[in-house]
Amino acid sequence: MVLIGGVTILTVVVMTIVSPYISPFNPTAINAGPVLQPPNSKFPLGTNHLGEDMLSRVLSGGSVMLQVAVLAVVICSITGVSIGLMGAYAGGLADKISSLVMDSIYAFPGLVLAIAIAAMLGPGVINMALAIAVVYVPSYFRVVRSQVLTVKELTYVEAARALGAKSRRILTRYILPNLLPSVVVVVTLNFADAILMAAGLTFLGLGVPVSTPDWGWDLTYGRQLLPSGAWWVIGFPGLMIVVTVWGFTILGEGLSELLNPKLREIA
Amino acid sequence: MPFVQLGGCLMLSFVEVAGLRKYFPVQRGFLENAFSRKHEFVRAVDDVEFAIEKGETFGLVGESGSGKTTIGRLLLRLIEPTSGEIIIDGKDIVKAHPNELRDFRRQAQMIFQDPMAALSPRMTIGQAIKDALDIHQIGSSNTRKKMVLQTLERVGLTPAELFYDKYPHQLSGGQRQRAVIGRAMILEPHLVVADEPVAMVDVSIRAQILDLLLLLKRDLGLTYVFITHDLATANYFCDRIAIMYLGKIVEVGLRDEVFNSPKHPYAAALMSAIPVPDPQYKHQRMIPRGEIPSPIRPPSGCRFHPRCPKAFDACPMKEPGMTKISQTHFVACHLFDTA
Amino acid sequence: MVEPLLNVQNLSVEYASRRGQVKAVTDVSLTLDKGSTLGIVGESGSGKSTLGFAILNLIPSPGRIVAGKITFDHTDIINQNEDNMRRIRGSQISMVFQDPLTSLNPLLKIRDHFTELFKVHSPSMSKKDAISRAGELLDNLGIARERLSDYPHQFSGGMRQRVMIGLALALNPRLVIADEPTTALDVIVEAQILELMKRLKDEYELTLILVTHNIGIIAEMADRIAVMYAGQIVEVGPTNDIFADPLHPYTKGLLESAPNIIHPERSMRPIHGSPPDLITLPPGCKFHPRCPRAFEPCPIREPLPVECKHRLVACHLYN
Repeated sequence: MVLIGGVTILTVVVMTIVSPYISPFNPTAINAGPVLQPPNSKFPLGTNHLGEDMLSRVLSGGSVMLQVAVLAVVICSITGVSIGLMGAYAGGLADKISSLVMDSIYAFPGLVLAIAIAAMLGPGVINMALAIAVVYVPSYFRVVRSQVLTVKELTYVEAARALGAKSRRILTRYILPNLLPSVVVVVTLNFADAILMAAGLTFLGLGVPVSTPDWGWDLTYGRQLLPSGAWWVIGFPGLMIVVTVWGFTILGEGLSELLNPKLREIA
Repeated sequence: MPFVQLGGCLMLSFVEVAGLRKYFPVQRGFLENAFSRKHEFVRAVDDVEFAIEKGETFGLVGESGSGKTTIGRLLLRLIEPTSGEIIIDGKDIVKAHPNELRDFRRQAQMIFQDPMAALSPRMTIGQAIKDALDIHQIGSSNTRKKMVLQTLERVGLTPAELFYDKYPHQLSGGQRQRAVIGRAMILEPHLVVADEPVAMVDVSIRAQILDLLLLLKRDLGLTYVFITHDLATANYFCDRIAIMYLGKIVEVGLRDEVFNSPKHPYAAALMSAIPVPDPQYKHQRMIPRGEIPSPIRPPSGCRFHPRCPKAFDACPMKEPGMTKISQTHFVACHLFDTA
Repeated sequence: MVEPLLNVQNLSVEYASRRGQVKAVTDVSLTLDKGSTLGIVGESGSGKSTLGFAILNLIPSPGRIVAGKITFDHTDIINQNEDNMRRIRGSQISMVFQDPLTSLNPLLKIRDHFTELFKVHSPSMSKKDAISRAGELLDNLGIARERLSDYPHQFSGGMRQRVMIGLALALNPRLVIADEPTTALDVIVEAQILELMKRLKDEYELTLILVTHNIGIIAEMADRIAVMYAGQIVEVGPTNDIFADPLHPYTKGLLESAPNIIHPERSMRPIHGSPPDLITLPPGCKFHPRCPRAFEPCPIREPLPVECKHRLVACHLYN
């Protein structure tokens, strides 16, 4: 599973990176070809309403999304895991306050919150990443917190204390490594969701400016063009989004199985 | 004041425990907490006193709810006592500062019941044992691995190089327990609290592990506190035994004294209940009625009185104090009250 | 010659795992006469619990019975369809499990445990009769009738185990399999349950299979013992004979490793080494790497059970 997921992701990433070199046309070149051409030999994925080559757009359209996703995941995993670790281990007031804050954020429907924040911050890759990160921090927090609360009471933590280990050591060497499988799962789901949200934000016009090629924009215009029968404008980018998200999900499942040494032994 | 004087002379014992109490608050819901003033406590350890000499193997024997496990953790200050005194090697453990406590941790270690749970699943046993050295900054990073390998050999996990890189789930139960023992021993402690060290190990391996513990005791000059519910194992391993019931010590004495002539009715019942691997043996069981009551509201006076076949008027009225049967044998029971 | 109540022939059970097939039980044969108590003793990995579950055809997947025959009172257990097995379980053959905490349904009152049982096996019985019968059973087990309306979590471990025993006996089964019935209990409660089981054994004229690693219990309760190691029976015979003169080196080692407070000098002697990996078993006799008396044929050929001094023993020393 890791292999399939990994290969899928890698393909998408590589494709995006090398797209400037292999794209037959500049993805933002208007009138590279006739408008709304269905897939043919010159334009294998057709052209959109501006005459831009769909193949080129599909090749490079993932770039923004991937950047946003990576940034968002990095920001929110570090934040969420740290707060979860420290709050849950310290207990008491720290735990109660952090839980309260996180639960409040969690109470908002994800996309709505992201939209609100993105609207406040304005367009751009970093702002998009921040908006998505905020939405996702509580997920890490919850997962980490519930695990820490359990693990904290386990014998091997008590054993570490009996050895004389201080809290910091216990958190980093004894508790955190045992949380990794669950955190990895959240990371991959986070990636998958981040991509969807980035697409969504762009789709709604809150992401990058329209001059940047992006699958989200293709969805926006593709949706409008659908009634006229131009399925390829929305179809191919949409398919790419699905494939990328699926790739992350499969990778996550495969990794979580791999990372847990105990699970590896069971059939 | 320690009431055990081995050899007839009064000396400061290695471990002295007096007036030790540990009460756990009973968890209650939000509304109960808001509206009801009365708080209930699980009286896990209730006014316990004993002394252990250096080099002894002292057994704490009891069934569930007796408080023996809690005492083990109190001795190492893994939990805080509600009140009482714990003095180990002249140091007041209860009042110790965090720095003093860290030094203490080098000298007093624990062996746990479930070796699978006592080892982090994501650390190799080599790393787990080495961590003890890292924490106390013993040796240099080069010498530490060597010390761990030596310890692995010492506890019988050979070839040591092979076992160094193994994860707990790759070992058998007995091997894991050896790793736990190795981790405790590498710091060369003076006191080791062993909490049911062989309860989760196969029968035929138990003797191996116990013999290892005895060997290490000889080599390192250890003092053991051996916590168990298994009287037969205690009989094999311990020099002196204290029998606990519902948070209190009911009888304490030399191994042979307690096993061959138990004075307290509960101790006698325990001895008679042990299964004997001999089909010809005729069991004369003295089974007390009922079951162990809740440690939240223990019976008044002597805690065993509702189940005791020999209870009389004094028993529910007053808690019995320790009566001396011999220099080394003491029992808390009104049947033996002097005057 | 009366036919035995239970006849197990050449039974093998395997579990699929990532690393390979776990051979939990290999080529086990035994018979059980009506009214007798058979003790199956072994350590972890011996296959004793698997054997117990196999008799009830309750091996959970990924385990499978891969070979052999189990005949209970002329009925073929292995090839029986599931509906018939459900009728047999609980009423003809019943089981007492190790952990009463997880074996009772925490959402059902004790009374309901019994009425559910009767509903399945004696649908004609009225609810009133079922409850009164449950009350009788509890009386006999030393539990006050009023406690029928309690939930399992309100009972102590010992009482829960009594309830389990009550459920196992409620339908007057022909055979009871007890899998480590007292392992999770305190010493005194264990003694209470053992005395209870001895009394009920006589009262109900039970045929009992007792699966345990506790040698003291086996000595007290069993008429015959089967000693298992690495999925096989290494010795089987009358309890008195086996204790007086254990033939198989593992049996001898096992008995000597048990703590004995009456004769401490004869006890707590370890067997060196560890039990084998059930996926990659050693060749020849499975015990040979740990056996103090192993000789040339041991690593080469598996010993077949032979009759010797009123028992069957699988060891080259007696071929």
